[in-house]
Amino acid sequence: MSTLTLTPNIKGGDDFYEELLGAHDGLSKDESDSYNARLILILANHIGTREVLSEAIIAAKRIK
Amino acid sequence: MFDDRYTLAYRLYPYARHADQDKAAPVRHPVVVMGGGPVGVATALDLGAQGIPVVVLDDHEGVGMGSRAICFAKRSLEIADRYGAGKPMVDKGVVWNLGKVFHKEDKVFEFNLLPEEGHEFPAFINLQQPYFESFMIERLFEMQKAGAPVEIRGKNRIDNVTVKDGHVVLEVMTPDGPYTMEADWLIGCDGANSPLRNMLGHDFKGKVFQDSFLIADIKMINESFPTERWFWFEPSHGSGASTLLHRQPDDVWRVDFQIGWDVDRKEEMKEENIRRRLDAFLGEGVEYEMVWSSIYTFQCKRMEKFRHGPVIFAGDAAHQVSPFGARGANSGMQDIDNLGWKLGLVIAGKAPESLLDSYNMERVHGADENILNSTRATDFITPKSEISHIFRNAVLELSEHCEFARPLVNSGRLSLPCVYDGSPLNSADGLPQAPERTRPGAPCPDAPLGEGFLLPKLGGTFTLLTLDAEAPESFEESGVTVTRLALSAKDDPTGALAARYLGEAKSGVYLIRPDQHVAARRDRFDENLFRTALRRATGKE
Repeated sequence: MSTLTLTPNIKGGDDFYEELLGAHDGLSKDESDSYNARLILILANHIGTREVLSEAIIAAKRIK
Repeated sequence: MFDDRYTLAYRLYPYARHADQDKAAPVRHPVVVMGGGPVGVATALDLGAQGIPVVVLDDHEGVGMGSRAICFAKRSLEIADRYGAGKPMVDKGVVWNLGKVFHKEDKVFEFNLLPEEGHEFPAFINLQQPYFESFMIERLFEMQKAGAPVEIRGKNRIDNVTVKDGHVVLEVMTPDGPYTMEADWLIGCDGANSPLRNMLGHDFKGKVFQDSFLIADIKMINESFPTERWFWFEPSHGSGASTLLHRQPDDVWRVDFQIGWDVDRKEEMKEENIRRRLDAFLGEGVEYEMVWSSIYTFQCKRMEKFRHGPVIFAGDAAHQVSPFGARGANSGMQDIDNLGWKLGLVIAGKAPESLLDSYNMERVHGADENILNSTRATDFITPKSEISHIFRNAVLELSEHCEFARPLVNSGRLSLPCVYDGSPLNSADGLPQAPERTRPGAPCPDAPLGEGFLLPKLGGTFTLLTLDAEAPESFEESGVTVTRLALSAKDDPTGALAARYLGEAKSGVYLIRPDQHVAARRDRFDENLFRTALRRATGKE
């Protein structure tokens, strides 16, 4: 049974963050929204495990 | 006083004065069906085959114009075949397997449904509803000629219903004036707007979707479009917010345009405006004739309970879904498949009336499943918010290049029969090493035998299917007889029977209900356990 990782798990976090934001450079608000949606879907499919996805959906709601 | 509400495609049962109308006292019938649509006629075929007298009252004299339902799923064809009307449907229907999905200008992907081998009937056919209904009504006339106690009375409109203790009193209007009749059981198959439901003041709750769709059935002239299903999201040619193209028999094509909520219906229904959308969609120079058109909106609603004493509701009268996934007429057929044998046993005094409560439970479960699926498809096709629109389009954009996104594209999930998990009629699974798809509550999947197929040998009565197992040829338990169908490896030329009913198991014994759903299964016959299972399946445990 896998569970959602909520402890640091990305090596080179600053790099990743910069790359993520860089992907939005030059995009309009609409284009950014579409991009985000596509990225979420791609990542969700990669994770694949149904329960982990549910945990992530709830976790993103709670942490505010 | 007696105007038609719609145009008839075929006038099959013109009004004729019945002897009941001239009797001094109201005549009592065991079963009266309100509504002569596909669900009402199926009720007559099911009960008639059991020898139970049925009178169908319809406020029209035949089958309505317009294709309306066009997609009939395998399970409906199997049920119709049990009634003796399935094969002409398949002969007339169009079978398609290739679907294409478009978004804006582009085709994003195509899919081949590749239906599972080893079934007598295709996964589904496209067939105009008037044909579907006519084949069943012809079958009803055939049964009538052979002496079955079934009849259908045209232009007999039920205007008032009084529920008494254990029966109902019906005020029926005819072109000759009113008469009164009585029924032990009244089956309401009078459609989504069910006058019966309103007369009795029953609720019908759910969701109304704020969108409308324009259907045009067109006949192509000198054009051959492929036998494929095209679903177009946000077509750039401006014919609507989405468009569906689907082939039907007789070179007729169904085109379905999503045209929004705030539309001027009268304006949209003008032929020149329909042609403007069609020309935008089909391209210049494609010639066609208009066959039928209509604008519809839809709702996903159901009654809280399908049975109210001696009044039982089925089909759209009991539950209404969006058209995506073809779950309207198809689920109505499953309602009757479920209700028919139960009502038959209760009327014959072989099962307690409480058995009918399992109809309510099992088919409410089915309706909820259909409402869930059709609501999801509707939400995908007509996104409700900005963010749902963004995600919907993201799925479509990804689906062109990323295979993973294709299963998320939802333009309707085709109706599959529901598994009655948790039904009180099921016995605990005594053969867990066999496949899940044939667990108690599941509809029996078909399989090819040496000669013919499995399903025509099941149904109508209780069957004990034995696979490489010993059992008596028949047994009786409190008035209900079970007959054995003995099969073994030599009856299984393709291996599909073993794959679907045994899996890892060496042998299997299945108790199968008259509606071809599994009631119980074990590795071998145990008299006590199967007698208990039969009592349970008939509401006596």
